[in-house]
Amino acid sequence: MSKVIYFDNNATTKVAPEVFEVMKPFLTDLYGNPSSMHTFGGQVEKYIRNSRESIAKLLGCDSSEIIFTSCGTESDNAAVKGVLETFPERKKIITTKVEHPAVLTLCKEMKSRGYILVELKVNKEGQLNLDELKAELDDNTAIVSIMYANNETGVIFPIDKIAEIVKAKGVIFHTDAVQAVGKIPLNLEKNNIDLLSLSGHKLHAPKGVGVLYIRKGTRISPFIVGGHQEKSRRAGTENVASIVGLGKAAELAGENIEIENTKVKKLRDKLENAILKSCPDAMLNGDKVNRLPNTANISFEFIEGESILLLLDQFGICASSGSACTSGSLEPSHVIRAMGVPFTAAHGSIRFSLSKYNTEEEVDFVIEKMPVIVNRLRELSPFVKSK
Amino acid sequence: MWDYNKKVMEYFLHPVNAGEIENPDGVGEEGSPACGDMLKLTFKLGKDGRIADIKFKTFGCASAIASSSIMTEMVKGLTLEEASKITNKDIVDKLGGLPEQKMHCSVMGMEALQAAIANYRGGKAGKITEGKIVCTCFGVTDKEIEKVIIENDLNAVEQVTNFCKAGGGCGQCRGEIQMIIDKIRGKKEKGAEPQAKPKKLTNLQKIQLIQRTISEQIRPLLKADGGDIDLIDVEGSKVIIAFRGMCSQCPTAEFTLKDVVEARLHEFVSDDIIVEEQNR
Repeated sequence: MSKVIYFDNNATTKVAPEVFEVMKPFLTDLYGNPSSMHTFGGQVEKYIRNSRESIAKLLGCDSSEIIFTSCGTESDNAAVKGVLETFPERKKIITTKVEHPAVLTLCKEMKSRGYILVELKVNKEGQLNLDELKAELDDNTAIVSIMYANNETGVIFPIDKIAEIVKAKGVIFHTDAVQAVGKIPLNLEKNNIDLLSLSGHKLHAPKGVGVLYIRKGTRISPFIVGGHQEKSRRAGTENVASIVGLGKAAELAGENIEIENTKVKKLRDKLENAILKSCPDAMLNGDKVNRLPNTANISFEFIEGESILLLLDQFGICASSGSACTSGSLEPSHVIRAMGVPFTAAHGSIRFSLSKYNTEEEVDFVIEKMPVIVNRLRELSPFVKSK
Repeated sequence: MWDYNKKVMEYFLHPVNAGEIENPDGVGEEGSPACGDMLKLTFKLGKDGRIADIKFKTFGCASAIASSSIMTEMVKGLTLEEASKITNKDIVDKLGGLPEQKMHCSVMGMEALQAAIANYRGGKAGKITEGKIVCTCFGVTDKEIEKVIIENDLNAVEQVTNFCKAGGGCGQCRGEIQMIIDKIRGKKEKGAEPQAKPKKLTNLQKIQLIQRTISEQIRPLLKADGGDIDLIDVEGSKVIIAFRGMCSQCPTAEFTLKDVVEARLHEFVSDDIIVEEQNR
C-alpha cells in the first residue's frame, strides 16, 4: 500500500519515534533481568522505576500505586477478579451496557458463575443516569466498573462524580481509562477512583504493556502469582523495553495533552462537520460535548459499514465500524444499539479516531472521498429510490 | 480483516446488473435492515420465457453485494425452472469461495431469487414463509434451516448460523437447531454402523463414561445457552442430574432432560438409562 491515512487511533496508535529510541537499548545491550543481583541486570531496575514515576506523574498518583501488566484487558480482568476474590460475601457487580468487551464479557462470565450483574443503561447521547447507579448500589455490591471514555463514540462519563457516589457507599470503583489517558487530563489525587486500567498502545507506546493503578489501601488479590515482581501482585519477569517505552509515552502524553485538545480536536471537528454537511442522512453518534477530542462516530443511513470501510481502504484510509459484518457476529455494535440508534444507521456507523500525527491534508482528502463513497453505495441500496 | 478473494472484491468494486427494473415481471426481497443486509431483485422475462434482464439492489457488506451481482449474471438467459435450481452453494462456488461467517450472504441471494420467481408465478411480492419460525431474532424457519444443512452438508449449530443467521441473535434457538441437525444427520447416518457401545461395564466404568459424556457431549450444548449440568448420582440404570445456571430456571428443562441428556446417554453409554432431575 502506498499511502496510509490512519484514522483508527482508538484501535491502536503509532509508536512515537522518541518511544522507540528509548526502548532500543533494552532489546540489544541492556538485556539483563532487573531482579538479578549483579550490576548488569540490576541496573535495569532504575529504568523501570523511572517509567513508573513518569506514569504516576501523568496520572497524579504515587509511583507505588502503578502495577505493570501486559495490556488493558489484563488490567481490567485483574481489577474485577481481584476485588471479587477479596470480598467473597459480596455478590453484585455494577457496570454499563457500553463497556469494552474486556470488562463486559468478563462481567457476563462472572454472572454465569453466580454473580448478580447490573448493566446500567445509557440514553441516546450515550450518557448514564446516575440515579440508576445510586439506586443499584447496596451492601451486596463488590465492585463498580465504569469506563472513563467510550472507545466507539468517545463519550466521556462524569467519572469524578461517579467515583464519589460509589465511594460514599463504601464500594470499590474501577474505571477502564484505556481511551482517556493521554487524550484528556485526569488527576487521581483529586478523585475517588480506586482502580484504573490503561493500555500502552493507545498512547503511542508499543502493544503488550499496560498498567493497573491500585490506590493505596485498596483490597485486591494478586492476579498472577509466581515471583515477587510488582510487589508480588503481578508476577512474571518485566517486559522491560515496553515498560520503558510506556514511561516515555506517558511523559510525551503529559506534554502533548494540550495538542490533543487544540490541534487534534480542530482536525476532528473539521472532518466531522464537513462530512455531516456533504453527506445527507448522516448523523453523529454520542454526546457532542462530553467527548474525546479525537473521536467522531458517524452513522450513514441505508448503507452498511463494512462496505464503507472497504471502499475507504481502496484509498488507503483506515477507520472502523460498528457494523455487524465487520466483526463476523450478526449483531451491530452493542454501544450504538444501547443508545437506541435505529438498526439501519447502526449498521452504517463509522468511527474516525485521530492522533497528533494526522495532518490537515489527510483530513481534506477524507472529506473529499467520503461523499463519493456514500453516494456509490447508496446507489446500490434498496432503501434509496433510483433517480 | 476479511480474507475476500479477488473475484469477490472485483464484483464488490465493480458490480454488474446493479439497479432496479421498471415494471418488472417478478420482484423478490430478502433480509431486513435489522439484520444488516437486504436484497431486492427485479427481473423481466423475454418472449422465449427466459430471464432477459435482472437487476439487484443490496444493502450489505462486500460479500452480500458480490453474491447478489454474480447471481444475476448466473441466471440471465435461464428459464425460471432452471434458475430456481440455483443453490447458495452454486453462488459461493462461482465466487470462488466466501469466508465461513459470510455464507448467509449467498443464501440471501438464493432466497431473493426464489422469492422473485414465486412472485412472478403467484403474483405476490416478498418472502414466502414455509414451515415454522425457529429463530425469532432473524425470522428463520425450520425449512430454511433444513435446506442449508442438506445443501451445504453442515453439522454444527455455528455453521448453521454462518449460513442463514439462525441462532446468531439471542441464541435461544440453538438447542432446536442442534435437534434439526441431529434429525438430518440421523437420517443420513442410518444404515451406517452405529458407534460401538461398550458391551459390559463395571459400575465404576459406567459412572466414568456417564461423566465423560456429560462433560464432552452435553455440557457444551447447555453452556451455549448459559446453562450447566451436574451429575449427582447413579443408581443402577437411573442417572440423577441437576441443572444449573439458566437451565435451572428454564421452562423447557424437562424437554432438555429427555431429548438432550437422556438421548446422549443412550447414544454413548447404554440404552436402558433413565435420567431424572434431582428434586429441586
